[in-house]
Amino acid sequence: MPKRIVIIGGGAGGTITANLLARNLYRQLVSGHVVINMITDKAEHVYQPGFLYVVFDKVRPDEIVRKQKEILDQNINLFVDPAVKIDKENKIVRTQSGKEFPYDFLVIATGSRIVPEDIPGLKEGGHWFYDMEGAKKLRQALKDFSGGRIAITVGVPHKCPVAPLEMTFMLYEYFKQKEMLDKVELFYTYPINRLHSLEPVANWAVPEFEKKGIKSETFFNMEEIDAEKKVVRSMEGSELNYDLLITVPPHKGAPVIADSGFGKDGWIPTNKKTLHNEGSDDVYVVGDTTNLPISKAGSTAHFESHIVAERISSEITEGFSETEYDGKVICFVETSFDEATYIWFNYKTPPTPVPPSKMIHWMKLGYNRLYWLSAKGIL
Amino acid sequence: MSVAVDNTIDARGSACPGPTMELIKAMKSSSVGTVVEVLSSDKMTTIDGAAWLKKVGQELVETSDKGGYWSIIAKKIK
Ligand SMILES: Cc1cc2nc3c(=O)[nH]c(=O)nc-3n(C[C@H](O)[C@H](O)[C@H](O)COP(=O)(O)OP(=O)(O)OC[C@H]3O[C@@H](n4cnc5c(N)ncnc54)[C@H](O)[C@@H]3O)c2cc1C
Repeated sequence: MPKRIVIIGGGAGGTITANLLARNLYRQLVSGHVVINMITDKAEHVYQPGFLYVVFDKVRPDEIVRKQKEILDQNINLFVDPAVKIDKENKIVRTQSGKEFPYDFLVIATGSRIVPEDIPGLKEGGHWFYDMEGAKKLRQALKDFSGGRIAITVGVPHKCPVAPLEMTFMLYEYFKQKEMLDKVELFYTYPINRLHSLEPVANWAVPEFEKKGIKSETFFNMEEIDAEKKVVRSMEGSELNYDLLITVPPHKGAPVIADSGFGKDGWIPTNKKTLHNEGSDDVYVVGDTTNLPISKAGSTAHFESHIVAERISSEITEGFSETEYDGKVICFVETSFDEATYIWFNYKTPPTPVPPSKMIHWMKLGYNRLYWLSAKGIL
Repeated sequence: MSVAVDNTIDARGSACPGPTMELIKAMKSSSVGTVVEVLSSDKMTTIDGAAWLKKVGQELVETSDKGGYWSIIAKKIK
């Protein structure tokens, strides 16, 4: 009987984990001692950080989409058939079409999704760039924008914690190039009492905002939006008028997670070092769907994938594994259309941003293309 | 501890999104009556968290120095 590995979710984390496993366990796969089944819900793989560039017409939508089949190692079986139930007791994943996938090892990598509907009026009044449709709509709204206040609001929790700041700086650059800065007011808000969760990034952003005339309000958590009157009301009791509202909607995990009793709102209790689902030794969790108090980011998913692939391979071939995750995250931060900075940190080391430079911006643009090598488990 | 905690979030060592964001997230997704505790390796969480709870009219139950880390306990009252 082969060892059966099932991976749910064909995004960043699931794909990297699957490809690394296929490489580590090549011999066992071709000899039939191991089987890897990937269950996902879309035939296409989207590089989500690309949405930011779609908004500003810097990247065409089709440049950030590839066929999942083409990214996956040929020894992995791909099923485009959403998982609807994970039966932990019987170690079986059930899919929409009625198939059953028994497993010896399960990797859950179902990511996170935006839920604008959780804040009254947000869907009607807000624009966002967290999915392809939203990014295209916002691109058009910016083209049509003739002037006024653009409010930027941020829901909790959300993936890619630096995206709201990047969006704000890129908006500034966009209107500067259109020679419209005298007609546009950028108003940035943030849930906690500084401009970003990372203190060094927040401290760095303060003079940048002053220089660029970007207004801000902190401790601002959306309560409701009056789309007709164009007002955002915050839980903290303030009101913000807008002409265009750009929001990062709050997120939840995939419905299958909560439906299978794995975790409230789709966040799975995860061991911060081994990445096991707490209380289990055959279910691993990677990427946005963990409940770990770290950034929900592609780089997090990437580093976690390496740990999980290493652990499963070692458990199959050696009977044990000691590889552990140290909480490593790396994020590039675009500070304009031609400069960027980056931060890295882990459970023990806090981040220190370096001064923005053109070189880091080019590295980010380079990575946007190299991502496909990452997904293949090569980079 | 005088009060029974329903949900403890260990955000020690969390740089981003950080313990204050974890508190906001937990308070938002909890039902009325829930008592939430956040552990942080940064003392500022107790000050920032308390300031936010006051702003939104939620109850600060207690903050405490645990020796090397801090705890903030809040109750969702509305
Ligand atoms: C605008 C934007 C900018 C970003 N910028 C950056 C950045 O600069 N740097 C960075 O590190 N990260 C960035 N990110 C975040 C990054 O894209 C995510 O954190 C990363 O994709 C998480 O990987 P994941 O595998 O957990 O989830 P995903 O990549 O979202 O993959 C989850 C997969 O699971 C599938 N799935 C869901 N439910 C089911 C089901 N029931 N059955 C089967 N399959 C299912 C989904 O369809 C999806 O394919 C950005 C994100 C956005 C939106």
